[in-house]
Amino acid sequence: MESIIRLYARWIREGKLPVNSDWNKDLGVTFTVQDPCQLVRKSLGDPVAEDLRFVVRSVVGEEHFIDMWPNKSNNYCCGGGGGFLQSGFTDHRREYGSLKLEQIRRTGADYCIAPCHNCHSQIHDLSEHSGDHFPVVHLWTLICLSLGMLGENEREYLGEDLKNVGL
Amino acid sequence: MGEAAALLIEPKKSALVEKVRELLPDGGNLNMCLACGACASGCPATGMEGMDPRKFLRLAALGQEEAIRSTPWVWLCTMCRRCVHACPMEVDIPQLVYHCRQSWPREERPKGILGSCEKALSTPGNSAMGASSEDFRFVVEDVLEEVRESQPGQENLQVSIDRQGAHYFLNQNSREPVTEPDEMVPLWKILSLVGADWTYGSVGWAAENYCMFLADDEAWETVVRNKAKAVDDLGCKVWLNTE
Repeated sequence: MESIIRLYARWIREGKLPVNSDWNKDLGVTFTVQDPCQLVRKSLGDPVAEDLRFVVRSVVGEEHFIDMWPNKSNNYCCGGGGGFLQSGFTDHRREYGSLKLEQIRRTGADYCIAPCHNCHSQIHDLSEHSGDHFPVVHLWTLICLSLGMLGENEREYLGEDLKNVGL
Repeated sequence: MGEAAALLIEPKKSALVEKVRELLPDGGNLNMCLACGACASGCPATGMEGMDPRKFLRLAALGQEEAIRSTPWVWLCTMCRRCVHACPMEVDIPQLVYHCRQSWPREERPKGILGSCEKALSTPGNSAMGASSEDFRFVVEDVLEEVRESQPGQENLQVSIDRQGAHYFLNQNSREPVTEPDEMVPLWKILSLVGADWTYGSVGWAAENYCMFLADDEAWETVVRNKAKAVDDLGCKVWLNTE
């Protein structure tokens, strides 16, 4: 078993994935990142959380990354795990997620990166339902944006500020 | 006085609690709870349905089996394990939650989770959204062709399905082929750029496993074994998660 997050980090270190944050120098878009419970606390621990941050910083720029608190193995679950998204307890799920929403708001970041499908669905719903409307993106979107190879149809989750970058 | 009197009640024997005690590592330590509240203070599910991890554990330790079995809170806890991480005694509350889920009659468990598990069991790809392997292949090939034709520099983008001996067997959450297939493309490009040796499989391709959330041991094991066998049958070395 392997996580693509660790491979992203390895490929960047090996020079196979030549990402950089030049695209964001003038734009100055800020990002925070969700530590998925399944990936971090429940399986690969803080080392993969460090890999995740290494990838994010490489792609968006050190000065444009704002961490949540608490984080890594101590991070709060977003409320998308354990089957919650399919369980029918929608109001409860959003109430559960209010802690995560506040945590994200306190970072003041423009975007939240969610490298897990459950986290992505849940945080996207929290953002839309609350009216905050901050974009929630997968890591692959930003990696390809950084490399200038993100297609027009692959920008569903980007905000208006990044919809046309590199096209 | 009412509360003090309640605390004097002798703990009841509970088959469920005894079973969980047996399953815990290091001989079980439900009774090692210090009642410190580190679990409840850092749990996003605290307060919902009048429950929190400490209360749940105290009810279990006192043998109040009906209370912990009947509360819908077992479906509101995501078993994220933050409480165990915070607990000085490492009491495994999520495992207790899992066993309480399991004690619910199968047909009374949340329909959405049950349905997702049933769909995974009924498709060779184990797709919780019920996507067939034929549809998966069609969507992948259709999207690939469009990218090759429309995106300069991607004319030679490759995606293989069921390629024997590939190093990585990449799984894919059903959400992408079913509802947003273009979201698969960025990862294909990344894998192509680094020269990764990878394939999808027509069997066991779906990443999700709702049978685990349903707390159906037999079903989730069936799904995991089917996926692991698919990786082995193709002679792949690594089962690669997209997350």
